[in-house]
Amino acid sequence: MFTIEVNNREVEAKPGEMILDTLKRAGVKVPTLCHLPGLFPSGACRMCVVEIDGIPGLTPSCAYPVREGMKIKTHSPRAIRARKTIVELLLSDHPDDCLYCVRNKNCDLQDLAEELGVRERRYTGAKSQYNIDSSSPAIIRDPAKCILCGKCVRVCEEIQGVSAIDFINRGSRSQIGTAFDEGLNISSCIKCGQCIVVCPTGALREKSYIKEVMNALNDPEKFVVVQHAPSISVTLGEEFGLKPGQDVMGIMTAALRRLGFDRVFDTAFSADLTIMEEASELVHRIQTGGPLPMMTSCSPGWIKFVEQFYPEFIPNLSTCKSPQQMMGAIIKTYYSETQGIDPANIFSVSIMPCTAKKFEAERPELARNGMADIDAVLTTRELARIIRMRGLDLNNMTPEGADTPFGERSSAGKLFGVSGGVMEAAVRSAHYFLTGKELTNPKIQELRGLDGIKETRVKIGDLELGLAAVSGLGNARKLLDDIKAGKKDIQFIEVMTCPGGCIAGGGQPLSANIETIMARMKMLYEIDRDATVTESHNNKYIKKIYKEFLGEPLKEKSHEILHTHYHKRDVLM
Amino acid sequence: MNYTLDDILQKHPHAKRDSLIPILQEVQEQEGYLSKEAVKKIGEHLNLSTSKIYGVATFYNQFRFEPLGKYHIQICRGTACHVKGSSKVLDTLQRELKIEAGKTTKDGEISLEVVACMGACGLAPVISINGEFFAGVTADKVKKILKSYRRKVTENV
Ligand code: SF4
Ligand code: SF4
Ligand code: FES
Repeated sequence: MFTIEVNNREVEAKPGEMILDTLKRAGVKVPTLCHLPGLFPSGACRMCVVEIDGIPGLTPSCAYPVREGMKIKTHSPRAIRARKTIVELLLSDHPDDCLYCVRNKNCDLQDLAEELGVRERRYTGAKSQYNIDSSSPAIIRDPAKCILCGKCVRVCEEIQGVSAIDFINRGSRSQIGTAFDEGLNISSCIKCGQCIVVCPTGALREKSYIKEVMNALNDPEKFVVVQHAPSISVTLGEEFGLKPGQDVMGIMTAALRRLGFDRVFDTAFSADLTIMEEASELVHRIQTGGPLPMMTSCSPGWIKFVEQFYPEFIPNLSTCKSPQQMMGAIIKTYYSETQGIDPANIFSVSIMPCTAKKFEAERPELARNGMADIDAVLTTRELARIIRMRGLDLNNMTPEGADTPFGERSSAGKLFGVSGGVMEAAVRSAHYFLTGKELTNPKIQELRGLDGIKETRVKIGDLELGLAAVSGLGNARKLLDDIKAGKKDIQFIEVMTCPGGCIAGGGQPLSANIETIMARMKMLYEIDRDATVTESHNNKYIKKIYKEFLGEPLKEKSHEILHTHYHKRDVLM
Repeated sequence: MNYTLDDILQKHPHAKRDSLIPILQEVQEQEGYLSKEAVKKIGEHLNLSTSKIYGVATFYNQFRFEPLGKYHIQICRGTACHVKGSSKVLDTLQRELKIEAGKTTKDGEISLEVVACMGACGLAPVISINGEFFAGVTADKVKKILKSYRRKVTENV
């Protein structure tokens, strides 16, 4: 530690860190547009410029390391003028249609224009015309709103290891595009939505299915059911000003009923179902020498990633459908049968932390008699929009319970929302299936937390299993390459596409920093700590559905309804 | 000498990113353009994504991603031609052919390329079609030239 001088004040700095990090810790706010914490700075936007004594001109604080005794002015007239000019120039080639933009009131560019007091159009730019790319079932790109900060490109390449997009063309024709500037739908994009999460403007957004859902809710013929993923209850509150990580399960259920949904189910229930099948599948593969390591299959971005980049690992993927699809399947079979509702009249909606779930719902092999099991997928953000549209006040609502029989869950199912959680849940049940006994301590500490790659070994009876839980597909790449090189002794791998898992999914509330994501994670762990039923196989409604309908895990009926297959994809990678 | 894509890649074993431009140039030289298949293979060879390669290639004017037309029009945008009004000629060509520079018409007959100085400044503004030079072209003149080539296309000569 040494000190530097910031705006005539002494501030502690750590050797090697960038000026911006020091400023952040000291509570000095300098705006940024291209900065991505944890990644190598690109220095592209110049919003973060400061004046440093003895250095001519302005210096980007995100890309310049601190030195002992440095004297910095963060808000000198010159620095402010430079920032303001940058914003004015960006606006000169921007559509200026904030009122019609999905990011209205939640846009970094808008915030900066306001903060810097931009009050007139000093530059009239080209207002370049571009085509909107709406080819993808999950992600929409509107290059006219792009300010070329490059964050989407870096996340896609450096965090997700996908590189579906890059800078194309040059000069005033520069834009972000796919290879050969084709639609995202036929590119290597895995629809994770991490690019949306980092985009400072409305240039990237999810494809909205709000209209389809509203139409179904207003159609008296339709029986509209909704399921919500395990992580939604700990993130939705942020959209309504609640503190990060607050669990709004009961009021969210109440709000969903007010919106007109006929049944409110919990995807954590079908996560329990997934565990019944997946833990059985793991046990089966171990006992019969099936393809190992087995890899989880609940994250649809990861599935597309394997299908296109690592098809040789397709046999390793668990054949279990994801919890979203399992719920969709039992609603349109078991539930419609027992309730005497024609599945064609059921409109099945899911609220997901994820944009790739929109793509998953449209996978043709997951349809039944030409009918999709899930009719519309909304992100957490879209649910919040509907709630606001309907004028519901979450802060003034009495909590309600979910509907039976798919509303009860174990806390193991709830853990699906965080990296390592699926595996923890699976190990709890695999232990019971193999030994007939419960784990004495169901918590597996080594699989918890936000690290991108977590590895451990567990003993189940006299069997020892190597486990790895990874999140962020760049990390999955590393692990798969190590496995290919024969470097790993691992039998079971959990992969979640987004760094940290669904709590940080591409459909979650925006502007989350690391503290927000930690708070979301902590709440899921607390729910598990305080739960009475902590194993999927002990969920009494799970026992019931096997008794009444499915029979046993991995048997004919469960196989037909709850399992699927994958195929190699040929895309431009 | 005709090289295949594989020959070209073999000439660059253990190549890294910095070999990208020379490889792209050689491939374009041989095949006339950069096809998707070629870009994909180059990407595998250099361990680069196709989006990255496309991004780098579109940074330069010299690369094209569609095969050349039967008639390849080059228009000079050098200083002399610019001063004499070549930008109007380019606009006209793009409008008449309904393609941007660097592209080929849908029927595959005519392609358009912008080049820097052709060294024929005395003839400015100048275009060349399959190597034949046309001097002092104007928007009107270029329309007439196009018409005669269109006739060739329909008569299939
Ligand atoms: S959705 Fe994911 S894979 Fe697709 S472009 Fe965005 S970051 Fe890349
Ligand atoms: S799309 Fe968004 S994140 Fe990507 S470069 Fe443009 S403004 Fe930045
Ligand atoms: S945030 Fe420093 S240059 Fe963009």
